[in-house]
Amino acid sequence: MTSESGGSEALRLELQGITKIYPSVIANEDVSLSVKKGEIHAVLGENGAGKSTLMKMIYGVTKPDAGEMKWEGQVVHVENPAHARSLGIGMVFQHFSLFETLNVVENVALGLPGNPDLNQLAEQIIEVSNRYGLPVDPQRLVHALSVGERQRVEIVRCLLQNPKLLIMDEPTSVLTPQAVRKLFDTLRQLAEEGCSILYISHKLDEIQELCHVATVLRDGKVTGDCIPSEETPRSMASLMIGKELPVPEHNAPVELGEARLQLNRLSRKSDDPFGTNLRDIELEVRSGEILGIAGVSGNGQQELLYALSGEELVDDADSIVICGKASGRDNPDRRRVGGLGFVPEERLGRGAVPRMSLTENALLTAHHAGMLKNGMIQFDKIAEFARKCIDGFNVKCGGEEHAANSLSGGNLQKFIMGREILLTPKMLVVAQPTWGVDVGAAAFIRQELIDLRNEGTAILVISEELEELFEISDRIAVIANGRMSPAKNLADTNIDEIGVWMSGMWDQAAPAEEVQTNA
Amino acid sequence: MESSILSSILFATIVAGTPLIIVALGQLIAEKSGVLNLGAEGMMSMGAIAGFAISFETGSVWLGVLGGMAAGALMSYLFAVVVLTLMGNQVATGLALSILGVGLSAFIGKPYESEILPTIEAIRIPLLADIPIIGEPLFAQQSLVYFSWALFGAIVWFLYRSRPGLVLRAVGESPSSAHSIGYPVIRIRYMATIFGGAMAGIGGAFLSVFYTPLWVEGMVAGRGWIAIALVVFATWRPFRVMVGAYLFGGVMVAQLFVQGSGLEINIPSQFLSSLPYLATIIVLVIISRDQNTVRLNAPVSLGQPYRPDA
Repeated sequence: MTSESGGSEALRLELQGITKIYPSVIANEDVSLSVKKGEIHAVLGENGAGKSTLMKMIYGVTKPDAGEMKWEGQVVHVENPAHARSLGIGMVFQHFSLFETLNVVENVALGLPGNPDLNQLAEQIIEVSNRYGLPVDPQRLVHALSVGERQRVEIVRCLLQNPKLLIMDEPTSVLTPQAVRKLFDTLRQLAEEGCSILYISHKLDEIQELCHVATVLRDGKVTGDCIPSEETPRSMASLMIGKELPVPEHNAPVELGEARLQLNRLSRKSDDPFGTNLRDIELEVRSGEILGIAGVSGNGQQELLYALSGEELVDDADSIVICGKASGRDNPDRRRVGGLGFVPEERLGRGAVPRMSLTENALLTAHHAGMLKNGMIQFDKIAEFARKCIDGFNVKCGGEEHAANSLSGGNLQKFIMGREILLTPKMLVVAQPTWGVDVGAAAFIRQELIDLRNEGTAILVISEELEELFEISDRIAVIANGRMSPAKNLADTNIDEIGVWMSGMWDQAAPAEEVQTNA
Repeated sequence: MESSILSSILFATIVAGTPLIIVALGQLIAEKSGVLNLGAEGMMSMGAIAGFAISFETGSVWLGVLGGMAAGALMSYLFAVVVLTLMGNQVATGLALSILGVGLSAFIGKPYESEILPTIEAIRIPLLADIPIIGEPLFAQQSLVYFSWALFGAIVWFLYRSRPGLVLRAVGESPSSAHSIGYPVIRIRYMATIFGGAMAGIGGAFLSVFYTPLWVEGMVAGRGWIAIALVVFATWRPFRVMVGAYLFGGVMVAQLFVQGSGLEINIPSQFLSSLPYLATIIVLVIISRDQNTVRLNAPVSLGQPYRPDA
């Protein structure tokens, strides 16, 4: 190819007027962008802005309705992912495309053309992983790997094909801060070797640190290009959401009241053979504080949530005390009567029944709040309550009679948060309060949580987003490998320390999986 | 004398287990791709009548087996169109297929009810067949018995040693991931389903052409259902499918032996007849209790429709 001799000015990928329309929504409208050789190019946008759809079209998973794609100066129509890979395009997916019951080599082999010899491939994997500082053991089964390790497998799989363009879809959402730095080193090394990188993210600080150029998407359209190093996070945020970003006010700590949640040596063996066992968890949350629990996903968060909500019971009733009552043997409904509010991580299926209307979903957890009369449903009251959730939390929907699964993820999250907050629980447990919610709505939800705390509710927030926890928590603890670190006052700790703790290293006895393998 | 009884029990056990092995291994492939086809009973029935009718009309055993295979494949193709292309519910469609196959085979088979086929000579392997006790059961068998062993070997190799087998397992575990790295999920599921149907057809033809060379309405007698249960209780592992099939065959033969021996026992014959089904399921449940094995071998997407986004 003669065009490559143009050096760094040569365009590797050029998109012009890409449009993709789904039955209910325009995912991309007239999107144009170009990526140079060796460039790390950010695609920035909120959830639902159309970033993932755009990447899927480049990688051939879906096809555009209109527009043109040029690869190294030639117009191409990418038929399928195999075609994209043969051009030299590799993609690391946000939700990994790995197969849990297969081992690493088999997973890698599935993404390669032809029929590679597995033993030889294992050696290649070790070679590539050493070269880029991405240690993986080729023979291990994927289900036994941590999320960070899984991502390395995906990256190694791409690198084995010597890609000219690597697409990374929200790669850091599952990593500890230390692992993020490692990843950035790898990506910079790749870019220096001439590989172009398309980096999809909504995290502004990361884009500033890593990327040469950024293209901003909003509602499927390009709203601007910028050089991240010349912008501030605030200016990029306003490009991204179209207005100024509100900052939650964290009032001075309010006076702490009685303990609302106490965990006393809470242990539970997971029902799932590949789950995490909870071990001797000690924790106390008091009225008027927000306690944040950080951790890399898969370290026992889910098991802890099931134990707290009552979805799974524990043997020792005293190991979970809610508002002074030993509740370890109580079912979820009795815990709610006792003052517990709960926002699960999965909105559809746990937080709401997908095909039921918002009104009916409101009734599911609010039926103790005067919605029943002699066992009969007071339909006017629940409709009114559902409308209050919708209006009070800016839920965009067709009305309270629409089904839960007709709402976007972010709007449903707002509705569920609203439902729980309006019931003013004494103790609120929230998992991933702003997962998949756009930046503006996330700020709103965080503010609501802080207001609720100011009114005296005790709040436990489990989140994988450290920035979020540092924004709203009064105290912060870390869960790693089913064990809970001591909680620290926010003022006495920092992101680096919590990052180290996320590897399980708050005392010497703990295993240190993530950092050790990286060292 | 005693050793000849043992030898003939062993012989009969292997023959009785053979149709189950063929059908269950076919279903195992279909299920590994994520498709649950409960229509095995119907596909076997159609295979049985097609096999019998074609053998009878042409005088050729092998055209009969081929015909049975084609009938099973056609039935499963019908199933695949409904569940894979039209996104029908797999459980309901499979049940309907079973009812359709059993009924249709009875209808087609009406004119053949009093006919019989000539008995087919076994294939003796020289020298080996003369070994005492195990010689006859292992080396003087019908061709389809040898076929079932070859099928077992081929499927183990295919699933765990070949790339297409790896792709098949991947599709069954996560169709969306397989689609996103570029495998044609629907096409692979079609092929796996049709393979399962073809094997069910051969299994049916074995019953009506080799095992009892005649046609009787309802002669499949629940073997299709047992084959499906075998696959599940064997946690989708070919070797356990084989063990389960022979266990079923063994208990079946043993209880017939007891019933026919004229021994003075006060057990109702209905109970004895149900023993093979009970014993097989109980043993397989016991050996498959380990949750880890189940999770590592079960196709996660089994029975769930998948529609790739275009």
